[in-house]
Amino acid sequence: MSRRRISLRQELPLLVWLVIVWAALWQDFSPGNLLFGAILAVAVARMFYLPPVDLSGRFNILHAVPFALSFMGKVVAASFQVMYLAAVRGPTVTNAVVAVPLRSHEDLMVTATGHVISLIPGSLVVEVDRSTSTLYLHGLNLSTPEDVEKLRREVRDIEAGLIRIMGTRQELDAIRQEAAA
Amino acid sequence: MNPEPTAVDTVIDAVSAVFMVVGALMSLAAAVGLLRFPDLLSRMHAATKPQVLGLFLLLASIGLQMRTWWVWPVLLVAWIFQLLTVPVSAHMVGRAGYRTKHLHRELLSSDELEAVVQKAAAKASREDASDGGRPD
Amino acid sequence: MMQIVLAVTAVILSLAAAGAIIRIARGPSLLDRVLASDVLLAILGAALCIDMAVNRHLNNLMLLVALSIIGFIGSVTVARFVADRREQPHES
Repeated sequence: MSRRRISLRQELPLLVWLVIVWAALWQDFSPGNLLFGAILAVAVARMFYLPPVDLSGRFNILHAVPFALSFMGKVVAASFQVMYLAAVRGPTVTNAVVAVPLRSHEDLMVTATGHVISLIPGSLVVEVDRSTSTLYLHGLNLSTPEDVEKLRREVRDIEAGLIRIMGTRQELDAIRQEAAA
Repeated sequence: MNPEPTAVDTVIDAVSAVFMVVGALMSLAAAVGLLRFPDLLSRMHAATKPQVLGLFLLLASIGLQMRTWWVWPVLLVAWIFQLLTVPVSAHMVGRAGYRTKHLHRELLSSDELEAVVQKAAAKASREDASDGGRPD
Repeated sequence: MMQIVLAVTAVILSLAAAGAIIRIARGPSLLDRVLASDVLLAILGAALCIDMAVNRHLNNLMLLVALSIIGFIGSVTVARFVADRREQPHES
């Protein structure tokens, strides 16, 4: 098994996350505890080697905050919608399985889009085709082709938002061209 | 631990009380959805998703009640763990449910995966290989 | 006021738990039961949260995280098992 060397910069988000979890679990944010956590994080990352996640190297916090807020808003709205459907419509609900082709072919981006769309109630990733980066979603309460089209557009909007936050340059350019067209 | 109750305290208490009741209602919504939806995949929507908001509200009410800053990172970590795990388990169960035909096709208005699956199954049986195709 | 909230949420969560248990008992397939027991676990987690919020302690927090991880591992394992056995009997 050949181990590709990964640079510290690529590993840094993982290490920071591990230190935060360590400090949060101890409920102690003193410098000594953080230092010990950092030593443990490096040891864990070295011993339990995982294939590195290909980060694009950019992270736009200006787009991340509105995205997180609109995500929470959608979660709240859709939670109540599912609650209403469960209580009122019940057994007569109509669903659909929708194929959504994504722009990006990065694994990280497809995973992130799938996660976000799964967390918003009313849609669920059933199957992923990695070669064409197509998500197959199961949508609740989709009875007409317009509803299906609406869900597809929503997913592509979410992907565009994620690309604006942490996509690569090429994907970002593609989004800009699409918006300009 | 319990200082004099002030107006701010009352407001915080009221907000966290509302959060707790709504969070509990989210659990009830999940249970109602489990009982009333007709097939596995629509039950999954009801079962897993309202819990995300429910747990968020309950953790927020804990944070409001404790009134110390250092609980927020812990609560955030607990919530992020749930955010990372819920879609994965939902996807696994949903995929198993779809593949073992635990859904009522007459309830689907369109199914854009079925054609792809059948094409892949035909291809797999032609090649006489078992690379993820469906033998049935 | 906290006592009223506690009573209300206790009633709501009991009803929810009863619903989940009915689905566990009735569920036509294994996956339905797994899903329902996942919901039951989440309801237990909600009860732990409310206990912590009302009594203002954090003793159950790690229990909550462990509970969600156990639920995750359990449902993923069962889903994997069901998918594998029905679909690819001659593969691992």
